[in-house]
Amino acid sequence: MKVELENLSKSWDGVVGAEDITLDIADGDLVAFLGPSGCGKTTTLLMVAGIYKPTEGTISFDGRVVNEVAPKDRGVGMVFQSYALYPHMTVFGNISYPLRLQKLDKGDIKQRVQQVADMMGIGDLLDRKIAQLSGGQQQRVSLGRALVKEPQLLLFDEPLSNLDARLRLTMRGEIKRLQKDLGITSIYVTHDQVEAMTMADRIAVMSKGVLQAYDVPEALYDRPKTLFVAGFVGNPPMNFFDVEIRRTNGEFRARSEAIDLILPRDRAEKASTVKGKVTMGLRPEDVDLVADSSPAAAGLTLMGVADVVEPLGREDLVGVNIGGVEMRVLVDKTRGVVIGDNIELTIDTTKIQLFDPETEQSLLWA
Amino acid sequence: MTATEIAPQLQPAGPLPKTREKIGRRFAYGFLILSITPILIGYTWLVVATISTRTEGLLPRNAEGGIGGFTLRNWDFVTDSAIWNAMLNSLLIAVAMVIGVGIASTAGGYALSRMKFAGRKTFLSMTLVLHAFKAEMLLIAIFFVLRFLGDIPIIGNYIGFNSVGGVALVMVALELPLGIWLMKGFFDNLPWDMERAALIDGASRFRVWWQIMLPQVRPGLAALSLFTFIAGWNAYLVPFTFTIGTKVANMPVFLNQLISDTAPTNWNQVAAVGMFQMIPLLIFFIFTQELLLNIYAGGSKGT
Repeated sequence: MKVELENLSKSWDGVVGAEDITLDIADGDLVAFLGPSGCGKTTTLLMVAGIYKPTEGTISFDGRVVNEVAPKDRGVGMVFQSYALYPHMTVFGNISYPLRLQKLDKGDIKQRVQQVADMMGIGDLLDRKIAQLSGGQQQRVSLGRALVKEPQLLLFDEPLSNLDARLRLTMRGEIKRLQKDLGITSIYVTHDQVEAMTMADRIAVMSKGVLQAYDVPEALYDRPKTLFVAGFVGNPPMNFFDVEIRRTNGEFRARSEAIDLILPRDRAEKASTVKGKVTMGLRPEDVDLVADSSPAAAGLTLMGVADVVEPLGREDLVGVNIGGVEMRVLVDKTRGVVIGDNIELTIDTTKIQLFDPETEQSLLWA
Repeated sequence: MTATEIAPQLQPAGPLPKTREKIGRRFAYGFLILSITPILIGYTWLVVATISTRTEGLLPRNAEGGIGGFTLRNWDFVTDSAIWNAMLNSLLIAVAMVIGVGIASTAGGYALSRMKFAGRKTFLSMTLVLHAFKAEMLLIAIFFVLRFLGDIPIIGNYIGFNSVGGVALVMVALELPLGIWLMKGFFDNLPWDMERAALIDGASRFRVWWQIMLPQVRPGLAALSLFTFIAGWNAYLVPFTFTIGTKVANMPVFLNQLISDTAPTNWNQVAAVGMFQMIPLLIFFIFTQELLLNIYAGGSKGT
């Protein structure tokens, strides 16, 4: 089912929950609403579900405006962070509830519940009470209950937040596979950017009720349109520096008290319209230690002192102090960086991002 | 570090705290026993009095002044139909209250907890203020209301002045502020998501209340029903004020009628009737003890 949100807003007595959200979701896509808590993603989701009435704007399913349609008539299934199971019913009671409300034939209900439960791997737990299940099993029941009525649209409200890290990883893959197999259009609300990046076909990044960007994951990562998107997408987060960009001898240089780098022409030229300082962004993985064997070219390196080293297993996340400015860098752990080391960094300046500090908009991808 | 290395740090250092704990527990028990002693003496006297001709303190005395003189004559009233009538009236008032308060409190509590409507805040604060008014202050006003209700054709006979229904109606009204607030509190503690899930699953708002939310507040409803039943069973002031004669008297009023101003009162018989009134409640308590403990210990059990 194709979903369209147009100028969707929700406010309560002047408190804005979501403002002027416009986006289209293609049939069969999984779209993630990504943002910190309180950014309006759940508010928007509940409007799509029909629980909240929009203050302004329209929600359309396959071209039909559904603003006034009751939740039960929207053909949506929803999975909640708290699972929201009915504790006084058994697993069977929970999964069969939507079907019992439709007054289907008892045999049909039994067959469909069994089918969904088997698909979720909880086929042998149907007689259990909810309190007897683990968190992972409860989430499967919740997913089963959403799927059993064969919805046109699946809504996920941070479904994995209450699970432990390992289970989260497994369920992440399972939900994605299930969604693709069944081809159900889905909206997935999360504050975890890794979840959004790995699962979604497109990501809507939200902040303070406003849609910041809506694009495919790679585009958000490589071509962030705003400072917020650049800082929120990617882990560990992007480094930001205030620099001035000057043109000297045909070269563009980004300068501050601590930094002096030669920037590639195509990127720097776009920033030259800004008078004064610009915000330069640099991902931790686009920086490396200079290898002894091959000294890097001048103007592409920075000198600093390692003052934090966090081993991540495969790599070390090193906090480097460059003349008073802190920069996070991902370093191969075989380099054996320890606190206090003087290190020289080589910068991949072709990946550099530039933002207007006033408007927080990208100067490269406007 | 192994478990054996940590263990000594986790245990209390030396025997001193243990002894202190023991002394503390003894002190607590001593205090509790001391404070319930007067009540225990009262009940002992009551039981002894019901089966004696007369008592001196806690001791039953016979005609000669020696210990003895046990009799069952005080219990003769059980063959009298008047007491059974009073008991039926008590039961009717209590049951009507449980039903009336139960329905109005769960419905009202849910609405106040979950729905937005004009005057919601005012209503909430007003009920709280009303709860502060004692029933005694309202007696005269209620009398006029009941007189008015009594003038309504047909149903007036059942809910007007000097009727069991009228008494139950007044008692329900007086109990509602507490009931609504109590049930609102229980509904407030339920997650919104459960309700949203049910709405999306296809339930109407009424069905959500009936099938999903009510089962979650069952412990609260049980507690409220119990309080209400006891309040109805022991009701005295309202039935005494708004009923005349023996036909509509409930147990406490019947008990009061035994205490005469003109003739000498048989206090041992009064004690027996009081005991008789307590019996149903005692049985009730014995069977629901465990449930009650659960309710008092912390609302709903499990998830």
